[in-house]
Amino acid sequence: MPKKPDLMPGTLDMLILKTLTRAPQHGYGIALSIRRASEEVLTVEEGSLYPALQRLLLQGWVKAEWKKTETNRRARYYTLTAAGRKQLGVEQSQFDQMIAAIGRVMQDA
Amino acid sequence: MDSITRFFKKLALLVRREKFHSELEEEMRFHREQKEKDLRDEGMAPEAAHRAAMRQFGNGTRLKEQSHEVVGFRLETVWQDFRFSIRQLRRSPGFTVTAMMMLALGIGASVAIFAFVDAALIQPLPYKDPNRLVDVNERVALFPRSNLSYQDYVDWKKMNKVFSAMEAYTATGYLLNTPTGTEPVPGARVSDGFFRVLGTKLALGRDFYSGEDQPGAADTVILSYATWQSRFGGRNDVIGQTVKLSGIPNTIIGVLPANFQFAPRGKVDFWATLHTLNNCEKRRSCHNLYGVARLKDGVTVQAALTDMTGVAKQLEVQYPSSNRDQGASVKPLYEEIVGDIRPILLVLLGGAGLLLLIACVNVASLLLVRSESRKREIAVRGALGASPARLIRQFITEGVVLIVGGCALGLLAAYGGMTLLSKLISKDMLNNMPYLSGIGMNPHVLIFAGTIGVVAAVLFAVTPIVRLPLTAMQEGLADGGRGSAGTLWRRFGANLVVLELTVAMVLLVGAGLLGKSFYRLLHVELGFRPDHLATLQISLPELTYAKEEQVMAIGRQIVSRAAALPGVKSAGITSMLAVSGNGNTDWIRFVGKPYNGEHNEVNQRDVSSDYFKTLQAKLIRGRFFTDEEDASKPKVALINQALAKKYFPGENPIGRKYGDTALTPTSIREIVGIVDDVKEGSLDSEIWPAEYTPFNQNTDTYVGLVVRTSQDEKTILPTLGAAIHQIDPGIGTMGEATMNQRISESQTASLHRSSAWLVGGFAVMALLLGVVGLYGVIAYSVSQRTREIGVRIALGAQKSSVYRMILKEAGWLTGLGIFAGLVCSVAAATLMRKLLFGIRSWDMPTLAGVALVLGASALLASYFPARRAASVNPVEALRAE
Repeated sequence: MPKKPDLMPGTLDMLILKTLTRAPQHGYGIALSIRRASEEVLTVEEGSLYPALQRLLLQGWVKAEWKKTETNRRARYYTLTAAGRKQLGVEQSQFDQMIAAIGRVMQDA
Repeated sequence: MDSITRFFKKLALLVRREKFHSELEEEMRFHREQKEKDLRDEGMAPEAAHRAAMRQFGNGTRLKEQSHEVVGFRLETVWQDFRFSIRQLRRSPGFTVTAMMMLALGIGASVAIFAFVDAALIQPLPYKDPNRLVDVNERVALFPRSNLSYQDYVDWKKMNKVFSAMEAYTATGYLLNTPTGTEPVPGARVSDGFFRVLGTKLALGRDFYSGEDQPGAADTVILSYATWQSRFGGRNDVIGQTVKLSGIPNTIIGVLPANFQFAPRGKVDFWATLHTLNNCEKRRSCHNLYGVARLKDGVTVQAALTDMTGVAKQLEVQYPSSNRDQGASVKPLYEEIVGDIRPILLVLLGGAGLLLLIACVNVASLLLVRSESRKREIAVRGALGASPARLIRQFITEGVVLIVGGCALGLLAAYGGMTLLSKLISKDMLNNMPYLSGIGMNPHVLIFAGTIGVVAAVLFAVTPIVRLPLTAMQEGLADGGRGSAGTLWRRFGANLVVLELTVAMVLLVGAGLLGKSFYRLLHVELGFRPDHLATLQISLPELTYAKEEQVMAIGRQIVSRAAALPGVKSAGITSMLAVSGNGNTDWIRFVGKPYNGEHNEVNQRDVSSDYFKTLQAKLIRGRFFTDEEDASKPKVALINQALAKKYFPGENPIGRKYGDTALTPTSIREIVGIVDDVKEGSLDSEIWPAEYTPFNQNTDTYVGLVVRTSQDEKTILPTLGAAIHQIDPGIGTMGEATMNQRISESQTASLHRSSAWLVGGFAVMALLLGVVGLYGVIAYSVSQRTREIGVRIALGAQKSSVYRMILKEAGWLTGLGIFAGLVCSVAAATLMRKLLFGIRSWDMPTLAGVALVLGASALLASYFPARRAASVNPVEALRAE
């Protein structure tokens, strides 16, 4: 398997929050959505995903509840909270600023 | 705000920990199954899809652990580690008990000794600005610190430019009439500003007025706190009352605070002023005071010494006969107080520190062995998802648990040791070292213990981590601790054991030298037979015995009464008992010898006619004097051999005459005999020239009585004082002791004894620990090489060659340890040569003896593993692997 590029540090939380703006999702669904949306470039390691979800829960940016899936199985669905939405805005703008800054640096060179 | 909500969420999760785990578990299972299903949908075979999903998902335990770390409290894992450590330590009680005992031993010894060091050397003296106080005295050839003459003191006080205040003090004794009879009590006479220069505030009443030490001032006295409590019931109305000291009424004006101490004078019950000068203080040539002064701001001790030397020189020009060669001595007061005990305490602290080092090294090597045997456990835990940080923390926790246990036990041991050691200090010694009464578990001691704990904890935590197979996990799993790590450990552990043996050797040599010094000290040539001698100090009330004839008569009575006691062979009195101290000197000048005004300083003792017969001191030449030789007869004297050798080399001194420095006709005496050198000074002191004059021609009111008994001298002690009181109940008696008790309880002997015993104790423990350490190394090495040895035996190796192989390994380590030990011991012994007596620091018999003891013990320690190696059954050894 060719090595996939690592996620930029600190961006995983933002990606999860963004994914959840569309609809509530379970952990596997979140991983899948990120992979698909990034056209298979970004892979979320399970080892980082679940600790990250616990972190977001603790911060109060997402809520979790057990629901049935389409295949009638029990799964934990994560929903974005109002605070989470606000946080996403903060992270997005920070991220944009950074990308713009990096872009400027790279252009000059 | 945020952090608070987070905290409560964590708390809620902590309570529902089980639920959290099962939910996480279910969520992850769902994830895996979903993935597996997707892979199957892509056309993968079910079996392969399952394996791929599992592999991609990774180490489930570790994933859970990571999520757990997010929601868990840090303390929670610490608590887990702690509980696990306790379980681990309880699983190997042998290791735990051994390690903790070793630590307790090392820490206990160090902390107990440190408490003494702290009390004596670190805590400041209980005076105001104690570092500005200096001990000021005269200096002569024989005594670098000799008494100050009153007349000189008065001039020094006026002429110096370096002291803001200079005061004087001297010891005295009083006879106190109590309901139980006449009791001699220790007192001191001081100049009026004595307590002000120390900065002491009285607990009750007032200090001496300025001028209260001048002739004509009223008789006033200040009580020590203990005296106030015990003799005056601690009553406040004691101020203004009178107390009769040696028959003279004194007004009590004040009470000293409870914590007041003045080590140079020891225990003092009554403090009076120098307002009535005695005969000695009226003469410039008589020295009986000590000086204490406070340096002016910015003046150093060195500058003060220079100034005082100049003052002394000036007085020497002014008073050439009395002040010839009388220099000055100025040194910090604390130097005078703790100077003698410092080297002993430092040696003891060094010894205890070395013991602690061995203990730590031993525990560290035990930990190494353990980490070696736990390699597999670590590998399994790593494989199951424990992060390296968590594994390291586990070891740190174990080290900390061990050291906390060791420290707690060590503090208990230290407390016990302190109590025991304090009890070993005799009351007399405690009087001279009052600062030791402040010993205990104070903050300094606890900080010291804490520092040891932290350093040791770091050491114990780091030791196994260095050896953790974090990188080579598979190797650890597959191998279970064989191969290259074994040799690595052997090399490292072996170095540790060499260090231990070296340290043990240093301590053993130190103990050997100190023990031998002590033996030499007790067997030093005394010039008399100390057995069957009982002694008593007698103080005659000066009001009753004011005239020479009266003193002479009571002296005769005391001697004849004592000699008539049942079981007493003979009795004698002296102005100063043997082995109490050089001093009480006289300046003499020989008739018919050239004289240039130099001070021929000799010990001077007034003794009764049977004194030397009682001591059984040998007469070398001439005769002893008789009881009839009193003031009405020509004056005579005996001299010791040292005086004869120094002043009459190659001549016969019998019949020669000497007198005072001016050869005053009344002072002229004829030498009638030479007596063997009697040890007048402390056991480790030199023999000084001495003159002995008949008590009947030169009386004293404070004398020592010596009786030679035919039976056990201890049995006579209680009757001696009673016999004296039958003559006159107004006579004070004290200090009844046999001569041997006086010798063995003298400060010199006590200090030598305690240092020899303590270092000896440390050395025995060090030997034990060192040998156990060696045993551990060899035994471990044998257990690691069981297969190799099995192969050797299977291939036909003889038992003897297996023995040789193991013993050679042990021999190398021991040899290295002994060699390094020899070098270090000689260096260490040189450092402590101040404490050695009659022995060189490279005493060959001691070094050889210690090397032999260490070698033999090491051989014994390695014999058992060697025997086990030789009896290895090759079939079992090979099958076992």
